Amino acid sequence: MALLQLTGIEKRFGATVALAGVDLAIQAGEVHALIGENGAGKTTLLNIVAGLLRPDAGEIRGESAVAYIHQELALCPHLPVAENILLGDEPTSHGWLRREEMLERAAALLDEFGRSDINPRARTGALSLADQQVVEICRALSSDAQIILMDEPTSSLQRANVERLFRLIGQLRDRGIAIIYISHFLEEVREIAGRYTVLRDGSTVGSGDLKSVTDDQLIAMMVGREWQPAESRLYVAPALNRRDVVLSFGNLQLRRGEILGIAGLIGSGRTEFLRHLFAALPSAGYLSEDRKREGLALQLSIADNVTMSRLSKCARWGWLNLRLQSQQTEDVMRTLRVKAAGPRSRVFRLSGGNQQKVAVGRLLYQDADILLLDEPARGIDIGSKADIFREIEKLAASGKAIVMVSSYLPELFAVCDRIAVMTRGRLSPARPVSDWTPESVMQVAVG
Amino acid sequence: MKILENILAPVIGLVGVALLFALLTGSPERYLSAANLRVVLAQTMIVAIGALGMTVVMISGGIDLSVGSVIALASVVAAVALRNGMAPIAAVLAGIAIGGVVGSINGLAITTLRVVPFIATLGMLGVARGVAKYFANQQTVNAPPTWINELAVTFPSRPWMLFAPGVWLTIALAAVMTLLLRNSVFGRRVFAIGSNELAARACGIHTDRLKIWIYGIAGLFFGLAGVTQMSRLRQGDPTVAVGVELDVIAAVVIGGGSLSGGEGSIPGAMIGALVMSLLRNGCQQMGWPNYVQEIIIGVIIVFAVAADRYRASRAAEASS
Repeated sequence: MALLQLTGIEKRFGATVALAGVDLAIQAGEVHALIGENGAGKTTLLNIVAGLLRPDAGEIRGESAVAYIHQELALCPHLPVAENILLGDEPTSHGWLRREEMLERAAALLDEFGRSDINPRARTGALSLADQQVVEICRALSSDAQIILMDEPTSSLQRANVERLFRLIGQLRDRGIAIIYISHFLEEVREIAGRYTVLRDGSTVGSGDLKSVTDDQLIAMMVGREWQPAESRLYVAPALNRRDVVLSFGNLQLRRGEILGIAGLIGSGRTEFLRHLFAALPSAGYLSEDRKREGLALQLSIADNVTMSRLSKCARWGWLNLRLQSQQTEDVMRTLRVKAAGPRSRVFRLSGGNQQKVAVGRLLYQDADILLLDEPARGIDIGSKADIFREIEKLAASGKAIVMVSSYLPELFAVCDRIAVMTRGRLSPARPVSDWTPESVMQVAVG
Repeated sequence: MKILENILAPVIGLVGVALLFALLTGSPERYLSAANLRVVLAQTMIVAIGALGMTVVMISGGIDLSVGSVIALASVVAAVALRNGMAPIAAVLAGIAIGGVVGSINGLAITTLRVVPFIATLGMLGVARGVAKYFANQQTVNAPPTWINELAVTFPSRPWMLFAPGVWLTIALAAVMTLLLRNSVFGRRVFAIGSNELAARACGIHTDRLKIWIYGIAGLFFGLAGVTQMSRLRQGDPTVAVGVELDVIAAVVIGGGSLSGGEGSIPGAMIGALVMSLLRNGCQQMGWPNYVQEIIIGVIIVFAVAADRYRASRAAEASS
């Protein structure tokens, strides 16, 4: 009898399907690894298990208290440890706190996990991240959770703390608590988990005992989709002097007319790497992965957004030529096929795909020699993706050098000339696309 | 000893200001005399009572800009009640209650209309002032003399009291609020939502209900501050206390409160209020014109907040 049984869970956000039929069975006292590529739907699934999201279809059986330990800690940094552990469930009499009892209960919980070195009176925000995580786990226990969800709990821990955490997880398992554990690292998963479920594109593609499956089989399940070798490059311009190195950063060299892909898992340091490049090359064009917060001024018009990085192109003596600005923006909009009423439409009214096109359009307008693109096609529809990639390829063909981070391997294989893989802050050597397969990229990424 | 640690900075500020003006005025025995201290304390009362409520609001991560208008409204309500022949105690309670009502409306606007506290209470700043003028018929309301006038006098009629009864009342309320914030479930949850509202909600705390309580309770204090105002002026004045909210916020911030929530202390805020009155009083004794006071107090507020930001960034570094 499973503690929790999910069958045929479906969830969509607008037009994107996040989950398209997930099955998951959790037994008491097991550590269950949830494995899948970025965007496979793992976090959405945990949100549904935790009751934070409601599925559109499917059945959930089992009434268990669930505690969710997020990638970002959810603690009150100003409060003492004991108050965080018992928040919402404080021992009281007539509305007054029974502080002694609260401290005792918190100390007892910490002691159970051999962490009596954490002072229940200490200010939580002053603890290390690893210790804060222990506080959060203690909170889950004090609320009598039977299922604990952990989303990449080791992503910010050092090795010694990881081992401590694993010992703690072992203790939880021995008490009969079920743990659903998300991690990208197969080695880590094998160390701590008994069974696994692999998600791909929002569906369960495999489940079973970790002992009876090899890493290669798991990777095949994670990647498993059909892919075409890189033949879809439309504009290859061999006539350009491709030996012309425009960027040399560490052991990485980038030539004119080249698209270099950076693969790797979320949190592996891809974004940080790109930002370092941008800091070193302020004249480069940079596209942030976070379009809403860092990419666009949503309240402003398309024209303002597109021309923002190079207003001098449509201004004279510090005064904008509004007609010129509109005309130039219209050119960019035509090139990228932005669907909008006109250049003065405000960006927040556009669809996600068209917003992304505006962000890319700004780079076209800026006309920088080196482009740094972080997830240029994340979360947008297929048509917009095609428009954006066609433009990226044209830019390369015209002699620009492009670095592109993407979580989606088929994208990298279709667009890039070379690919390098980021693993825990280290970048592999860049090799031509023909030397890679999706499996070999994934092997380096989870290594 | 934690309480001492928390209010160390405002205490240093207080001692600094006192010493500075003792030296500047050239007659420390007069500036620091019991008589002058009484004057200062009587002047502090209204801001201090307001700061009792504002501290709770700011710890919860909110702000209330309607304080000055609520003070005027409560002073008018209490004076009208007296004029209409109500018992003094009933008039006092009416003044306090109107503050509680206004505060609860603030809380409701913030939680049900989903308006940020700054805007919701900015709106109330206008509404409460307008209602005060309506109740007062756009003029001051003379109240018949009662014991209420004794509340905030500089020199109490019974010399053994040393300070005005209102000063003792403020000290007693400050003690109660300190205990409430430290040791009651309500108080700790105020800290929790100011520190991390999402975490508090995830722990099953009804954050909306809590906020209505927070603004309601703060409103009661603003109402009491209004009654004190009426006691000092001996009349209800719908145009009084314009901009007092800024003094109150400054007192809380000087006392260690943070505009981003999760931090603040009642003893600190009381000292903050005292620092501001000592400054005002010192400037007056120096014979400096009003505008000098305004400039000095403005500068002090900015530096107090800068110190707050510096402290917060140090704390963030220490925890990462």
